[in-house]
Amino acid sequence: MEKQHFSYDNTIVRNFSYATLFWGVTGMLVGLIIALQLAFPALNFGIEYISFGRLRPLHTNAVIFAFVGNGIFAGVYYSLQRLLKARMYSDLLSKINFWGWQLIIVSAVISLPLGYTTSKEYAELEWPIDIAITIIWVVFGWNMFATILRRRERHLYVAVWFYIATFIAIAMLHLVNSFELPVSFMKSYSWYAGVQDALVQWWYGHNAVAFFLTTPYLGLMYYFIPKAANRPVYSYRLSIIHFWALIFLYIWAGPHHLLYTALPDWAQSLGTVFSIMLLAPSWGGMLNGLLTLRGAWDKVREDPTLKFMVVAVTAYGMATFEGPLLSLKNVNAISHFTDWTVAHVHVGGLGWNGFLTFGILYWMIPVLFRTKLYSTKLANLHFWIGTLGILFYALPMYWAGLTQSLMWKEFTAEGMLAYPNFMETVTQIKTMYALRSFGGLLYLTGAVIMVVNFIKTIRQGDFLANEEAEAPALSATYIPHSKDHWHRWIERKPVQMLVLSLIVVGIGGVIEIMPTFLVKSNIPTISSVKPYTPLELEGRDLYIREGCNNCHSQMVRPFRSETERYGEYSKAGEFVYDHPHLWGSKRTGPDLHRVGGKYPDSWHYAHMLDPETMSPGSIMPSYPWMIERKLDTSKTPEKISAMRTLGVPYPEGYETKALADLHKQSEKIRSGLKKAKIEAMKDAEILALIAYLQRLGTDIKSAPESEKK
Amino acid sequence: MSVLYILIIASLLVAGIFLLAFIWAVRNGQYDDEYSPSVRILFDNKKSTEDKSEKTD
Repeated sequence: MEKQHFSYDNTIVRNFSYATLFWGVTGMLVGLIIALQLAFPALNFGIEYISFGRLRPLHTNAVIFAFVGNGIFAGVYYSLQRLLKARMYSDLLSKINFWGWQLIIVSAVISLPLGYTTSKEYAELEWPIDIAITIIWVVFGWNMFATILRRRERHLYVAVWFYIATFIAIAMLHLVNSFELPVSFMKSYSWYAGVQDALVQWWYGHNAVAFFLTTPYLGLMYYFIPKAANRPVYSYRLSIIHFWALIFLYIWAGPHHLLYTALPDWAQSLGTVFSIMLLAPSWGGMLNGLLTLRGAWDKVREDPTLKFMVVAVTAYGMATFEGPLLSLKNVNAISHFTDWTVAHVHVGGLGWNGFLTFGILYWMIPVLFRTKLYSTKLANLHFWIGTLGILFYALPMYWAGLTQSLMWKEFTAEGMLAYPNFMETVTQIKTMYALRSFGGLLYLTGAVIMVVNFIKTIRQGDFLANEEAEAPALSATYIPHSKDHWHRWIERKPVQMLVLSLIVVGIGGVIEIMPTFLVKSNIPTISSVKPYTPLELEGRDLYIREGCNNCHSQMVRPFRSETERYGEYSKAGEFVYDHPHLWGSKRTGPDLHRVGGKYPDSWHYAHMLDPETMSPGSIMPSYPWMIERKLDTSKTPEKISAMRTLGVPYPEGYETKALADLHKQSEKIRSGLKKAKIEAMKDAEILALIAYLQRLGTDIKSAPESEKK
Repeated sequence: MSVLYILIIASLLVAGIFLLAFIWAVRNGQYDDEYSPSVRILFDNKKSTEDKSEKTD
């Protein structure tokens, strides 16, 4: 058969690799800063742009979408071309993919510290950026599918399947979760409210871990480990079973993030059952990766690339064993809202994603530059420092999480909370926070050593932009192994087109039916639950802007230890006007759902100005700017009308009266503060925040007994 | 909890797409050979003067 000559595009791989390194170090640095802020709150410096609540989403977005995201693209663009024996379909699309993705990251780096956030975890970016993500993701998919159609290798290697699954699932998740109503440029409200918003959020959150941090990396594992070890995967058949079992199970496990909430019990149980089942394919894949190195352990001892990969796969095994464990209700009751979860995700993030990325880069960069790695010694140093970093990170966090949770739940013999003051449980684990930062510092140091090693490698190398290759063309007609199939006409190119058009149609259909579904379900089940006043609504938006939900939950679970500490447990009907929900997932500080009326306004005022005056030992940042700045009310009428569109029953024409009501309530709080000898600025932001905090969880107190259930 | 319907529909849609892809893969003969693809990826088709034996079935 005639051989065709073509070349692989290495430039795009190189660019994505550089971006991976750059954003990796940046994202880890931001992580180190916020870790230090928890141990030493003075490091917030009273500057709004670098306060913990605003930097935390920047850290998560940077490491997930910038570091791992670019790592995915680098690895996929390298392996896909070689697996399909074809150059990427379009260099232009590759370039748009690259620059578009970097632009999205830059806009995140600017907008998150400025306080533009939707508050939804791992989907904090505001609506214009959401649209940009959709476009760039489609460009990536278009480029990938078109390359698949032009491939010179009939068989799609298992890695390619993992990439396809990644594309399809992320497209769907992003669209469903980002369904929001813009109020202005860079401000929107989630279309869903309360429980529903929480459910969509964690359906997304769980599957983002599944299809952004797991499936693409499994694809990379199945390509790069055999390449680096120069031996085939242990069992190719197992890898195929791994793929199909994993993608059919993963998507149903999301509800395990909402155990003990208002989510129906059957949905919680379903999530748990699927989470347990996930153990089988996860460990099948993990073992398949490790066993690939059977008989090659001597190579692992020598080669830092393989060392990184072995630890990565081991970390994957640990994280996927722990995941099902954490989705058991009785374990979750202890682990949820604590640093245990933080430890869990960092074993996955630092171990699995980080180390596999490093392993791939240590193998790929010398190949791209046709040279040897500058220093194996430095790479080994990176490996050991990085491994120590993971241990120093994870162990203190497990310890902190378990300690704090047990303290929260401890009762005295008299039946009182043993540690009624939340602060005691925080000061207890401060040392662990400091130790964790040290682990982060080690890990970051390792990454910097790697960058230096690569700079030296690149300097001594000779980059090959277009790598010549040759392969016979795919025969035009497929000769089936058995008899002729009826579907032969569709099985080549049209199949992928069919899949693509199904996605488009499906997404369109879902989006169309969504509003009718959702607005109807906003009918309150507790009659005393009323929409927020304009001032409270603005205060709520400030709460979102400052990222308070990163450290404070608004979900009192039905445990005696929680109802004793916080008050009545949270009911689904209380959140029907919450666009978006603010349940949170971590209690670095106490739950706030029942904080309304608990302290006087003056307490909140002083606490926001300097938390230590009200709670000595507090690690909360201070918020002086909220006291000095006037509340921006220019968008209040638009916000009211947007909320009405979403089904919140503000009376028709209320927009015109909203501002008057807002100023009235603001003045009332101000004069109240005056009585406590606090001279607050007129229309200061702090007044709106106080209004919101004092409203939280109070509506239900006036509800008739029958509705409280 | 009507949003559950949307999530279930969306999840089923994705699962349906994967199911179609699975049926296609099996019928297309993607999995007839469960060994050699794992070895073939180890060889990069670098341009060379040697004649490589390529499968042409």
